[in-house]
Amino acid sequence: MTHIELTDTEIINKVLHGEQALYAQLVERYQQYVFTLALRFTDNREDAEEISQDVFVKAYRSLADFRGDAKFSTWLFTIVRTSCITFLRKKRLDTTSIDNERTLIQLENRESGFNANIVEQKSRHAMINAAIRMLSPDDAQVITLFYKGEQSLGEIGRIMGYDPNTVKVKLHRARHRLKEKLEKYFSYAHEY
Amino acid sequence: MRMNTEQPMEDRLWNYIDGHSTPAEKSAIEELLATNREWQEKYSELLDVHRLLDASELDGPSLRFTRNVMEEIARFHVAPATGTYINKNIIRGIGAFFLTMIGGLTVFILAQFKWSGQSSDNIGVGDTDLGLSKLKNVDVSKAFNGTYITLFMLIAVIMGFVLLDIYLQRKKTTPNP
Repeated sequence: MTHIELTDTEIINKVLHGEQALYAQLVERYQQYVFTLALRFTDNREDAEEISQDVFVKAYRSLADFRGDAKFSTWLFTIVRTSCITFLRKKRLDTTSIDNERTLIQLENRESGFNANIVEQKSRHAMINAAIRMLSPDDAQVITLFYKGEQSLGEIGRIMGYDPNTVKVKLHRARHRLKEKLEKYFSYAHEY
Repeated sequence: MRMNTEQPMEDRLWNYIDGHSTPAEKSAIEELLATNREWQEKYSELLDVHRLLDASELDGPSLRFTRNVMEEIARFHVAPATGTYINKNIIRGIGAFFLTMIGGLTVFILAQFKWSGQSSDNIGVGDTDLGLSKLKNVDVSKAFNGTYITLFMLIAVIMGFVLLDIYLQRKKTTPNP
């Protein structure tokens, strides 16, 4: 028996016509994206999982409002962003950029143990993820949406509420800051 | 300072790497990359970061995540689309009502003014007083005591009740999902 994979729109139509169980396919398909984006905001796996679950429940309840004029992922990531902001407001977490001096000192102390030795033993994936976590939530999100979320500049703009040119500038700056973090905290050096 | 001089080069190279350069810009950069060592080094450096980001992996939630979500949504129904319960005609009606009220009041208040300043024939070339100083002599209380304003207020209240009635009627007749 051949298994035909349904598109997002097909699944949504079926769910709207009562096949609730099919929603699990959408959850499976997007849970990593949603979780990673939430993790960029909270830096805490439990909180990120709570936000992600809330996002999928909200998306399910508002599914009839998805008009299909954008990708389902773009619509879903918009919910992720608003949910993260609401969650942070509720929890009154420190949302200031990690670039401030105090946090950098804390990070320096926290990272110093594994800065040169352990990180070098870790994979490049772990290094890049750790470096992204050092960025501000906005920088980390724009990078994640562009590289992992399969979103264009226009779609990222729609999610974050910026125009595409602003997104482009933000992306350039975020990568620049990421490169600085890689060089400063992970002894990352480009080999010519 | 280093960043200020490098930034345009970096921006142009990022655009090139992302495929956002115009064809003219693309060939200009390709020419620079073929001849200029500084550009070659920067390009190689940025390309390395780009590849690193491209190869980065997504994090995943716990294994029970999908089941947790499905258990949670089992308690809910999909809410009806916003468009089905927000009637645009009501919104437009409310907008039109307020605009009419504002317009009506403005016209009414202006009609109460006695524009008895100098006639335009008597105003000299250097005379900058356009009669605005006489506005302070306008009796505003008269404007808010007249029969017309009472009439306007009455119409406003009746229209408000009519709109509220229409809204509640629609809400009552819309079947619950």
